[in-house]
Amino acid sequence: MKRKNFMQGMKDGIPIALGYFAVSFTFGMMAVSGGVGLWPTVLISLTNLTSAGQFAGLDIILAGGSLWEIALTQLVINLRYSLMSFSMSQKIADGGRIIHRFFVAFGMTDEIYGISASREGKVSPYYNYGAISVALPGWVLGTLIGGVLGNVLPGIVTSALNVAIYGMFLAIIIPPAKEKFSVRMVVVASMILAAIFHYAPYLSQVSSGFVIIIVALVVSGLAALIWPVEEGEERKDAD
Amino acid sequence: MQINIYLYILVMAGVTYLIRMLPLVAIRKEITNRFVKSFLYYVPYACLSAMTFPAMMLAPDSKIAGVVALFVGFLAAFKGKSLITVALCSCATVFVVERLLALL
Repeated sequence: MKRKNFMQGMKDGIPIALGYFAVSFTFGMMAVSGGVGLWPTVLISLTNLTSAGQFAGLDIILAGGSLWEIALTQLVINLRYSLMSFSMSQKIADGGRIIHRFFVAFGMTDEIYGISASREGKVSPYYNYGAISVALPGWVLGTLIGGVLGNVLPGIVTSALNVAIYGMFLAIIIPPAKEKFSVRMVVVASMILAAIFHYAPYLSQVSSGFVIIIVALVVSGLAALIWPVEEGEERKDAD
Repeated sequence: MQINIYLYILVMAGVTYLIRMLPLVAIRKEITNRFVKSFLYYVPYACLSAMTFPAMMLAPDSKIAGVVALFVGFLAAFKGKSLITVALCSCATVFVVERLLALL
């Protein structure tokens, strides 16, 4: 079972790794050309495994900002992960071994959360480990190669790879939205709200991490009031 | 005063890990409240939707390619294709559309 879950996680981790490669390639390129050494740049990707947070952190490092500033920025941009971890706290089948939660937490990215949250019923930590074992090398290698090669890889390739993770998200949200009215409403409402935050004056100043938190709180909260989930229903529909 | 790069990395990684780790480790009991359970059921869909739109349209160099990729990805997902298939269809769409636009 461990092996099966791990293998499935690896398989689902492939599109994530592809998308990560494109993004971290850009990160590596920017950090090294900005003056951060190659190995510290790779170390940032290896220890942080987060896109928006790393780009924001890089800005502060290059500007010579304070440690408080960088800590606060990471807190604001990455706070959405605590919501995802809260959600995953109910879903992870740790078999009573708390140590699994410490490891799963390290790989709690938007994408790995996305695929593991969409698993039916409880999710084995080995599924997450499988996904991390593919996604993390994609993220770190992309950083390394971006740092070394800089502008050698044609932009047309990285541009195409940029949409990989979003294609994957669509594959996760559309089938259940097709089946279930309440999920369909949640998907549509969340997209509209996110678009308003992106395009409306003043609202577009809100950082993307906060937009996700606000949308998730408001839309999921309203949906939970209007369409409370029946006992046992969440298991069946979580597929 | 120049701050050591490794100190920056330590703070970044530490804050990010704590945010991810604390809820997972602190909340181990099964939640029984129906509202909270329902809320948590909808959170992934809300998060993923907000992350996908409008970001997917803006991710490639060309917004037109992004819009077409969103449409193609939506169709592939609607037909129940796997994660990797939908992801690759979206990437291929951007590649092809951007090549076509370059010809114009």
